[in-house]
Amino acid sequence: MDVILFLIFALIAVACAINVVVQTHPISSALSLVGVMGSLAILYLLLGAEFIAAAQVIVYAGAIMVLFVFVIMLLNAGAETRKGRSYLIPGAPLLIVFLGLVAYYVQRMFPSSTMVRFGGFTGGGPKDIGHALFTTYLLPFEVTSILILVAIIGAIVLARKEIE
Amino acid sequence: MQLLDSFIFITLLKAAVVFGVLMTTLAYLQWVERKVIAHVQVRPGPYRVGPHGLLQPVADIIKLLTKEDLLPPYVNKPLYLLAPFLAISMALLSISVIPFGPTIQVGPVTTWMQLTDLNIGVLFILAVSSMSVYGIALAGWASNNKYALIGGLRSSAQMISYELPMSLAIAAPLLISNTLSLRQLVEAQSGGIFNWNILHGPFPQVISFIIFTIAAFAETNRVPFDLPEAENELVAGFHTEYSSMKFASFFMAEYANMITVSAMATLLFLGGWMAPWPAAWGSSLVPTAIFAIAGATALYHGANAARKRDKLTLPVFGIIFLIIAGVFLLPMVQSWLLPLFWFAGKTGAILFLFIWVRATLPRFRYDQLMGFTWKFLFPVAMLNLLVTAFLVAWTTK
Repeated sequence: MDVILFLIFALIAVACAINVVVQTHPISSALSLVGVMGSLAILYLLLGAEFIAAAQVIVYAGAIMVLFVFVIMLLNAGAETRKGRSYLIPGAPLLIVFLGLVAYYVQRMFPSSTMVRFGGFTGGGPKDIGHALFTTYLLPFEVTSILILVAIIGAIVLARKEIE
Repeated sequence: MQLLDSFIFITLLKAAVVFGVLMTTLAYLQWVERKVIAHVQVRPGPYRVGPHGLLQPVADIIKLLTKEDLLPPYVNKPLYLLAPFLAISMALLSISVIPFGPTIQVGPVTTWMQLTDLNIGVLFILAVSSMSVYGIALAGWASNNKYALIGGLRSSAQMISYELPMSLAIAAPLLISNTLSLRQLVEAQSGGIFNWNILHGPFPQVISFIIFTIAAFAETNRVPFDLPEAENELVAGFHTEYSSMKFASFFMAEYANMITVSAMATLLFLGGWMAPWPAAWGSSLVPTAIFAIAGATALYHGANAARKRDKLTLPVFGIIFLIIAGVFLLPMVQSWLLPLFWFAGKTGAILFLFIWVRATLPRFRYDQLMGFTWKFLFPVAMLNLLVTAFLVAWTTK
């Protein structure tokens, strides 16, 4: 059951990811990206990380992508015109070679005995995540929050009107 | 017996019951809304179809189903068709984790009055509600109509902005109850009105209840925050180009969202299905008393009827109410009917608040709407969360 669900949602994720690049209209690309985020959330859920799955949907699919779609709608971006498909001739073989290499090295570096087992992971609840964030990873967590704060202040400084 | 005990059968049955009840409530919530607004404005409201307009929802459904389903030629077809589907499915999805009461025993089967209990139930509802923006935003964009587009843009901006104070207001009672499962959240509030999160804990959550309610009005696009469908500026807003059942699905989504946020407020702040005071002090007699008084009133007015047809209808209603009052006294149904009564009563009270506000308040201006949430609601919610967190950390251990 786990494997079937994994295959279904992995396929959906890959198909949506390809669709992001293939689509000519920005809205269609953005919505495909939402599909990728959603199927990734279900993959997290299958692995037993329910908090990360919920956070994935709330933050990525629900907040960031809504802003993307909002900006695309606001700027009223139209479909891009595309000249031929000649880029496929060098691109497609290169992509296949690259993916093959990645698959090969993943297989070499992580032998199948240490691969992730469905449901074998139990550290994905809100309590475990919170505990890990505020003990083991306290410094990266605080540094990240300061980084985000700096980004927010920078955005406000850039966006506000000039005061003479 | 094998069939009755199977998990899938019970779940399907529960889903069917919840769906049926939800759909009936959706249809009749519309009737209640029209009646309440009408009485606020001193007019009778729907009156022609059935006694006191009670069959009006049925007539509305037939009308919506049989109307011509227009597909304008200039729309973006796939997204235009996807948008109402997204809106209604996201609105109905969140009801699946809402608990209506404790366990119920039907013959050999014992089951919870809830479709499923997630240990991240609150986060699930937040996730689903954050996805419901897409339905409205896409409807506005795909319609290829400037009024619909402005409505969709207004709606998505408004929903993103009000999601922040709403999430912060939800986080504060969660700190007190120390769980994300909606079932455990309610169980932590058992034992009377002073254990409900709105009055309980190191810091009573009155402020977050008010913030949650205000944000809920904005999230469901209700008056006074119904800028996305301001008819004097935008025709009908994001659903201008929709007709027939596609329009009905937006309509149903709005009302389903209303029911969900009211149920959420009940679960988070008002103790869910718990009675306000213990059964030893007679809380189990309250529904009987309410229905008996309603029945007696109807019988009295039926006996002194002003109009001819009231001589028939009012006594019939009175007898129905008295029978319901009697049912609440039966010991074998009390164990699940009483929690259901309290849950429905609290949710209904908040739904009434929604309708009452719609009949009372005028619409905001758009800059007021945005300034209100970012400059007032968000800081207050943040402060409330900080104070709650400090006091919870202080008092536990």
